[in-house]
Amino acid sequence: MTAILHAQGLNKRFGAVIAASDIDVSIEDGSIVGLIGGNGAGKTTFINMVTGYLKPSSGTIRYCGRDITRLGPRQITQLGICRSFQIPQLFDSLTSRENLLVALGIVVLEAKNFASSASLRTENIEAVADETLARFNLTKYRNTRVGVLPEGVRKLLDIAMAMVVKPRIVFLDEPTSGVSADQKFVIMDMVMEALRAQSVTILFVEHDMDIVSRYTHRILAFYEGRIIADGRPEAVLNDNSVRKYVVGDQPVQGAAHVAN
Amino acid sequence: MTAADRTLPALSLALQVFLIGGWFLPDWAQSLLILAFGKGLVVLGLLLLIRTGLVSFGQGLYYCLGAYAAVSASKILAFPDLMSDALAMPLFGGVVAGVLGLVLGFLLARYRAIFFAMLSLAFSMILYGLLIKMSVLGSSDGFNIDYRTLAGIKLPDGMKLYALYALSTLLVFIATACLHRYLRSHLGRLAPAVRDNELRVEYMGSSVRYVVHVNYIIAAVLAGVGGGLVALSIGHIDPDLAYWTTSGEFVFVAVLGGTGNVAAPVLASLLFEWIKSAAYQYAPYTWQMVLGITLLLVIMFLPAGLWSIFQRRAREA
Amino acid sequence: MTDLVPVLIDGIIYASYLFIIAVGLTLIYGVMKILNMAHGSLYALGAYVTATLVGAWFSHGLNPYGSFALPLLAAILVGLVAGPIIERGLLRFMYGNDEIVLILVTYALLLILEDLIKLVWGVESYSAYQPYGLLGTFEVAGLPYTKYDAILVGVAVSVGVALTWGLARTRQGKLLLAVIHDREVSAAMGINVQRVYLVTFTIGTILAALAGALIAPKVSVVPAMGVEVIVLAFAVVVIGGLGSLPGAALGALIVGLVGSAAVHYLPQVELFSIYLVMALVLIFRPKGLFSAAEARKI
Repeated sequence: MTAILHAQGLNKRFGAVIAASDIDVSIEDGSIVGLIGGNGAGKTTFINMVTGYLKPSSGTIRYCGRDITRLGPRQITQLGICRSFQIPQLFDSLTSRENLLVALGIVVLEAKNFASSASLRTENIEAVADETLARFNLTKYRNTRVGVLPEGVRKLLDIAMAMVVKPRIVFLDEPTSGVSADQKFVIMDMVMEALRAQSVTILFVEHDMDIVSRYTHRILAFYEGRIIADGRPEAVLNDNSVRKYVVGDQPVQGAAHVAN
Repeated sequence: MTAADRTLPALSLALQVFLIGGWFLPDWAQSLLILAFGKGLVVLGLLLLIRTGLVSFGQGLYYCLGAYAAVSASKILAFPDLMSDALAMPLFGGVVAGVLGLVLGFLLARYRAIFFAMLSLAFSMILYGLLIKMSVLGSSDGFNIDYRTLAGIKLPDGMKLYALYALSTLLVFIATACLHRYLRSHLGRLAPAVRDNELRVEYMGSSVRYVVHVNYIIAAVLAGVGGGLVALSIGHIDPDLAYWTTSGEFVFVAVLGGTGNVAAPVLASLLFEWIKSAAYQYAPYTWQMVLGITLLLVIMFLPAGLWSIFQRRAREA
Repeated sequence: MTDLVPVLIDGIIYASYLFIIAVGLTLIYGVMKILNMAHGSLYALGAYVTATLVGAWFSHGLNPYGSFALPLLAAILVGLVAGPIIERGLLRFMYGNDEIVLILVTYALLLILEDLIKLVWGVESYSAYQPYGLLGTFEVAGLPYTKYDAILVGVAVSVGVALTWGLARTRQGKLLLAVIHDREVSAAMGINVQRVYLVTFTIGTILAALAGALIAPKVSVVPAMGVEVIVLAFAVVVIGGLGSLPGAALGALIVGLVGSAAVHYLPQVELFSIYLVMALVLIFRPKGLFSAAEARKI
């Protein structure tokens, strides 16, 4: 497989805080990668840098051979990298369907700038919106204002929004946080199926190691801004430093979820 | 959805009613309606800005500019024939306002909330400060202004007022209908999206600044045309058109009407001008107080404006 | 070419009363996040009450020097009556709304207060000129200045020093700073935020009324004065940075000096130049000259 995304020597400092340190990583086209690590380990900072929300202090990011280090979220989205958010970022005063229509409208408006999705036309965006709602099991919320929807539903819509632009890479930031433990696999099954239909490279942040090992080909373990382990799930999860720094705090995280 | 879909037929019905009904109205009522329509256009622009999440305390800038552009063109530039035309003057005002909106928009598109409100206020006060001391533009006394033709056709004296009335009715119809279409276009739909979540708009591959800039220009053009119409109706312009209280009044009317429908600003403007003309006669010293209390009541009990009463009715029916 | 000294002195006098009014505005914004559009009307109220008191004082033939207490009395009177009524009776129902909605609320308040003033005092102009000339004049660089203006500058400096000291050294001031810094945490720590709001708004109102009361002897007191001054006060606080005390001082000095320089050298551009400075500051330092950095969102 060929590398679709390549980050080299990424560093990010906020004053004295080091949020990312010497990150070198290549992501193969079509792979499914889990990002693990405690809070503040640098997972979201990594996503923020790749998707253009933060500019790295040094280092380069290449996508399909092209240097995207200095581009903003808008251009990076248009090139085919999109993301969902830890806290869903939606248009709260609009309904689920309207959220998707806004997103699809952008794709039509900016069609010449988007790397993919040239086939979308004004006439069929309503049909595409309904189809997307169905694929993410959101049809019954289509006319509900998303500001009042439960968190789990908002997370799904947030992912659906990211998929509207037909990205080649999608980052999912904690897709199952706020979802009850027994629902996590149900949600992940559905999301993964919906995403597989679009043949997209997936990187997702997850605290639940059962989920990570079940759905990924590869895991990147973050600790204090570095990638301390990178490889097949069983290898990474059995790595000594990962057990010590990352998995070690998993029971606490699990308890927190039950408490929710 | 169904209620909103009736907007265009309702607007064209209203156009016919106003065009025909206006003919039978006394002069003062026609003048009042022109005034309300002209200011309604400015408020229509504010509706678009508010839907984008921005409140401008400086629309008086474009309102005043639109009015002055028309007059200065005839007085200073050498287009006396073109510039005594009731159609050409407001349109020219709209163009000049639009050009300034395009320029200032590059700046203002970077600002939000209080800072947007304050910077737009500062710009309108700059124009006020300029005009009040510029003798070539009439200083604080301003100018008188008149029109003789409509779209090149010479107007007989008896027809002048109705011609302007019909023109303003038509312009309001065109503006509301176009804005209604615009709000349902891909670009127009982005207005509430920008208000709700700018980050997501950028992450969907669109430019927040571009959306704000376009909507800002549209609001400027509407205010410029509105200013031109009001100038023709009153027959006089002065720097107070740019004073901040004028802009405050537009915000008031926008909040009063709400942003639920493009008809709301125009109806609110009609109501406002009607009450104002009555109150000037009967309660000159308590009129603003009534306004203030009304504004408080609307904010507290009808945060979506008077239009939400219609919407509630429509839903219940 | 006019000499520089009178420009500076006039500018400082102008800045003094701008500071007194702007510092109240910025204090209220800093603590309550309300940009109070009615602040100018409270200023006008202070001026009217002073005019009435001064008129009554001199028509009763009381000791003229006693009239210097009247502006202070008027300010405290207006502040202690109007402040709590407005805060308890109106604003407290509005907290938690968007900043823009709060601006609209105070705009409504401005409309109400403007007419209230017209109802009580009518639309004719009032004057309270007597205290202004009472102390006579002194000369700087060959030009006469009234001692009243010197007192005005002194009051402004005292207000600035008192507020700075009060915020840094008193218990009440520290509570205020805590609320400015973080409202939620302050409330969670057991600070009575409601009380802090009431005190802040009352102090702000006293300051607005004090500025009006002190200016009343210098000008004719007319209904439009509140509406005129509020946009100037906006310019001052926006230039300095909303919610910043030193910012209000710097903003007042800038507006005062720019205004005075314009009046001396090029009277046509007075208003224009003040708002031009305001726009320029907003363009190059959007959050004003004194402003803090913001944290990341996602």
